Amino acid sequence: MKDKILEVSAIENGTVIDHIPPKAFFKVIAILRLEKLDNQMTLGTNLDSKKLGKKAIVKLSDIFFPDKDINKIALVAPQAKLNIIKNYDVVEKRVVEIPDDIVGIVKCMNPKCITNSEKIVTRFKVVSKKEVTLKCLYCEKITDQDNMEVI
Amino acid sequence: MKNKSLVSITDFSKSDYLKILDLAESYERKPVSELLTGKVIATLFFEPSTRTRLSFESAVNRMGGRIIGFSDSSSSSVTKGETLYDTINVVSNYCDLIVMRHPLEGSARFASEIATVPVINAGDGANQHPTQTLLDLYSIKKTQGKLDDLTLFMVGDLKYGRTVHSLLMAMSQFNTTFHFISPEELKMPEEYKILLRTLGLKYHEHKDYTDIITEADIIYMTRVQKERFSDPIEYERTKNAYVLKNKMLTHTKENLKILHPLPRVNEIDQDVDVNPKAYYFTQVLNGVYIRQAIISSILGLC
Repeated sequence: MKDKILEVSAIENGTVIDHIPPKAFFKVIAILRLEKLDNQMTLGTNLDSKKLGKKAIVKLSDIFFPDKDINKIALVAPQAKLNIIKNYDVVEKRVVEIPDDIVGIVKCMNPKCITNSEKIVTRFKVVSKKEVTLKCLYCEKITDQDNMEVI
Repeated sequence: MKNKSLVSITDFSKSDYLKILDLAESYERKPVSELLTGKVIATLFFEPSTRTRLSFESAVNRMGGRIIGFSDSSSSSVTKGETLYDTINVVSNYCDLIVMRHPLEGSARFASEIATVPVINAGDGANQHPTQTLLDLYSIKKTQGKLDDLTLFMVGDLKYGRTVHSLLMAMSQFNTTFHFISPEELKMPEEYKILLRTLGLKYHEHKDYTDIITEADIIYMTRVQKERFSDPIEYERTKNAYVLKNKMLTHTKENLKILHPLPRVNEIDQDVDVNPKAYYFTQVLNGVYIRQAIISSILGLC
């Protein structure tokens, strides 16, 4: 009999990012620049989840992100959970935290901002972490969660 | 302040402002000097602003400095497609200080990061125009003899007007009581009211002029801009509802002064001009002294 269940296999060593909202899935991939990596990875989205209804999950073999890199995904997936896997065991569980400063991930929503017309790495100060709100260090205008576009 | 760029009003501290105001007073007493002999100041105006440019150039000339630059981007290499990055890198080699006006917001901050010489922001889009704020402070101090404990009315477009936002931020350090008079759609944005509440300062909002203006030490008028309205009839109605007329000033305080960053359209009736409480034209002259003070402080010449 054919096994009809496609299993998302466990990884030996690496990072599992769970509880990603499906609408943030591709943004998470973009923020972590996964397209640049040669490692084995399993990516799944619109999977059933008791907590979120639907969720996405990312399993990355032999990849361990420094805090400052992984925290970037908090902008789009604040409820994401990290499991650090060593030798098939979860050795550490972490939540992501929104950093105080955001450098080079988000586009400033102000069309008249200089960062949208010259080649400039965008820089924002996080003014609110609850409803993520960013203040551009250049034009001093606010980019809110609904208008946040990941570069 | 030496070698420090002035991009936003928040770049300088309260004691920095006060030093600049004192210095401006000394330039008012003795406007002409040779302090800037041998110095070259670049005035890069990527969009025209005749008033601001002439004020800066007058300030430089009175101190014996030289000016290079352009008065709108059509006479610069921008038309050839040069980036701001390149323009600033190149011009940094030619001068001791850059004064820049640019239509894009954040351009002055960006320029200050690239330039090897200090940058003074002479307006970056709708964002900041700190030398205007300092000249407003100077005008207030000069006419009231102090900055502390005053009652300041702001009238007109309080939503988009960058001059009122910067002035509010600066005056919020001097225990000011604020009154805002504006149409509903051009009200003072929440973020500034939050700032005042955090600082424990009083503010009151009004839809119209009432007798309340008799409490004012300063009335700061702004232009209601046509481009803020999608409906031209609504614009006309709003514009005409906020006109300040001479007869309204009858019972106002002796020390009241009316300020306006200019240009005005019709928000101050011409019949106010003869009233000694009208101060907007003298305010312009103060702009030259304050810019002399800012330039010489940043170049470390005083």
